[in-house]
Amino acid sequence: MTLIKNTFNRRSFLKASVLAGGGMMLGFNWLASCTPVNKEIPLQMPEEWFNINAFLKIGDNGVVTIMSPNPEIGQNVKTSMPMIVAEELDVEWKNVVVEQAGLDTQSFRRQVAGGSQSIRQGWQSLRRAGATARAMLVEAAAQQWQVPASELTTTDGIIHHEKSGQSIGYGAVATLAAQIPVPEEVPLKDPKDFKIIGTSRKNVDAKKIATGQPLFGLDVKKEGMLIAMIEHAPAFGMKIKSIDDAEARAMPGIKDIFTFNTKPEGIETKWSDVTAFSDLVAIVGNSTWEVMKAKKALKINWAVASKGENTENQQEALSAVLNTKAEKATRQDGNIAGAFKDAAQIIERSYTAPFLAHNTMEPMNFFAHVTADKAELEGPIQTPQALRGRVSKVLNLPEDKVSIMMTRMGGGFGRRLYGNFGVEAALISQKAQAPVKLVYTREDDMTQGVYRPAYKVTYKAGLDADGNLLGVHIKGAGIHGSPVFAHRFPAGAIDNYLVENYRVDSNISTGAWRAPRSNFIAFAEQSFLDEVAQAAGKDPIAFRLDLFDRAKNDPVGEKNDYDPERYAGVLKLVKEMSGWGNTMSGVHRGVSAYFCHNTYVAQVVDVKMNGAEPRIQKVWCAVDCGIVVNPEAALNQIEGGIVDGIGHAMYSGLTFKDGKPEQNNFNAYRLIRHSEAPLEIETQFVQNGIDPTGLGEPSLPPVSAALANAIAQATGSRIYDQPFASHMPSTSMINEQKL
Amino acid sequence: MPVYELTINGTKRQVDVAADTPMLWVLREHLDMPGTKFGCGIGQCGACTVHLDGQAMRSCLLPVGAIQDRAITTIEGLSEDGDHPVQQAWLEHDVPQCGYCQAGQIMNAAALLKENPRPTDEEIETAMHGNLCRCGTYVRIKAAIKTASEKMA
Repeated sequence: MTLIKNTFNRRSFLKASVLAGGGMMLGFNWLASCTPVNKEIPLQMPEEWFNINAFLKIGDNGVVTIMSPNPEIGQNVKTSMPMIVAEELDVEWKNVVVEQAGLDTQSFRRQVAGGSQSIRQGWQSLRRAGATARAMLVEAAAQQWQVPASELTTTDGIIHHEKSGQSIGYGAVATLAAQIPVPEEVPLKDPKDFKIIGTSRKNVDAKKIATGQPLFGLDVKKEGMLIAMIEHAPAFGMKIKSIDDAEARAMPGIKDIFTFNTKPEGIETKWSDVTAFSDLVAIVGNSTWEVMKAKKALKINWAVASKGENTENQQEALSAVLNTKAEKATRQDGNIAGAFKDAAQIIERSYTAPFLAHNTMEPMNFFAHVTADKAELEGPIQTPQALRGRVSKVLNLPEDKVSIMMTRMGGGFGRRLYGNFGVEAALISQKAQAPVKLVYTREDDMTQGVYRPAYKVTYKAGLDADGNLLGVHIKGAGIHGSPVFAHRFPAGAIDNYLVENYRVDSNISTGAWRAPRSNFIAFAEQSFLDEVAQAAGKDPIAFRLDLFDRAKNDPVGEKNDYDPERYAGVLKLVKEMSGWGNTMSGVHRGVSAYFCHNTYVAQVVDVKMNGAEPRIQKVWCAVDCGIVVNPEAALNQIEGGIVDGIGHAMYSGLTFKDGKPEQNNFNAYRLIRHSEAPLEIETQFVQNGIDPTGLGEPSLPPVSAALANAIAQATGSRIYDQPFASHMPSTSMINEQKL
Repeated sequence: MPVYELTINGTKRQVDVAADTPMLWVLREHLDMPGTKFGCGIGQCGACTVHLDGQAMRSCLLPVGAIQDRAITTIEGLSEDGDHPVQQAWLEHDVPQCGYCQAGQIMNAAALLKENPRPTDEEIETAMHGNLCRCGTYVRIKAAIKTASEKMA
């Protein structure tokens, strides 16, 4: 048991008590829908709830409501974060009801879904919330029984006094506990005593999802609500010149059409305010279909504000900066020029990636009701606090007059870090003087994105005559920034090492996309090292393990931001799991390992070729994320990242012509489908008891390289450009090489 | 606007909307059944899948004026209390991540199993080809369909 200092203050507890009111309003059906899947006896509704702290309230019958503070985008925090609270509170999971918290920066820290950080950064505060409440309940029982609290123990929501043989449920002392001063120090469980953490618990919303109950932003419906859509310029670099809305205005169900701007002068923009289209037309009406039809009937003249870009020119611009003279190095170890001079063999390869749209299955949307003195917003947002800040500024309302309620999100992947759609909904509601739900069509969603940048990187390695790696030079370039992390592997493992990063500016908006930068650089780095290992005549896993040994035993430089032992650990595990070195008829294997978002992942991909088409037979995956909070859900995250990573590397890409995205829906933009997914995925987690790190992103980056390396084994041709499907060798080429 | 009488989940419902209004929006907005999801509007993602006389259909491309007396089943009406074998299998395998596409996946899978109770892997892949999942839950979806198939057989 560890004693830890409490950082809660009394104010946040009291404030939370007020905010958390209304628990009584939850209906029985809602409770029932949150119970475990199998038909167990539904939870009995408490007659009264007692607010213990911002995270939880306890019913008089011992049922506990745990607030899930962070936005849910499919990373399963709405289940796993409350599990951590319940663990330290020491209650049975079947007696827990989970409720989504709204934005409440007084009570909760970092209500953000991003960077796979919810579990890692919430770990201590969630445990403390549960442990603090438990300590207050125990103290209440101690006072009631007139015995020292130190003589009391708890099991599954029951407090025991062994000496006197007395027991009492949490619910029976909850009213007293709510008045106990918040303890300064609380004991935390020893991880070996965990009963909930480390056991699989079903997604608390699964039943609602499987029965079509309203959960998502697009499902929000309010009294008097109108539907709004926007029309943005058809190309990046264009803006509105004039509009003729006469026909659209006369269409049935249309209430209003107007132009508006989301970036008024004099208001500073932050990173989360990225949008290339601040100059918009709003169409407001009674129903989505009516508004969609009116939107199509608008006649808008557009003016050129900046030059429309073409995909080929963008790749040329990336190549051009890579070919310019070296700028200041982002990292420099040893003497790279000397290493290349001494090398017996030089390998230089370039890798490219297209822009990617986020394509959350739920298109962007938000509800807003703005009146003279307040704004109420509700919808899918990864960064509610940033949205509140922006809405407060553009509406000129104090922040405490702007409320944000988070709905379950139909995917985020980084797109919903940028809340332009929430700001748009607020401005439309203000101007239309009505509650509105803003709805994007898929075309709106895909063509005004905050895209994964297009990238180009060049790797150059020098080997001596014995196949030893003498030096590596990496040059990276991307639209608005390079994907290369200067201090990640293989930095620290190579004596002569040079990294240069370049950015190319563009009027195309780019931003975070699931595992930012890593989503591409893992492919380039791990494909390149595979090819270098081959050139050195070494086994690709042995080659990488040698580098980790070097980084561990005699690291080059001091800023290496990875743990070589944990890195090597996942590689060794995947080697063992997959039976690396065994050959199977017609099966070709590739390996990859990568560290990002504080989690280590190594993968082996087995492919069979069906003509020129690879079919993935199996993906083997080893993960080190420390303690695994919810194992089945963790597996699901890993599998999802693998399928998503394969899909985007193989098939996806967004191209531009004169600033206009050339794909605007799923008929042209290819996403992976059922028949292209791996037949099997097997995952194992390293058991080490280290505090947990996140899983929403880390399995995605390495898999593209493992697949590319497997395809190289199968076809004899390396792939350097994404999406692979557009750059695969043809069947005839493959057959020639086989001969 | 014309009034349409529709049979949805076994109940007669009336709506007063334009003839070209897709069933997707009739269900979601006019009949307060938001379980059927909007994903692409062009029949490419499958999020809006419903059953029309037992067959899986994309409701975003299905104008209300073309329905006539054919029966519509939505995710809300697939079973009485969410215990259709496909729904149960979805929970057993803890399939959903974000969950947005899953109503469409479930409706498509239920229609598949009704027509072909013991599909092969390849038949599952072919039948489910039109249902996208950006979270990448395909492997679990296939496993859940097989579980449901075993239970139904």
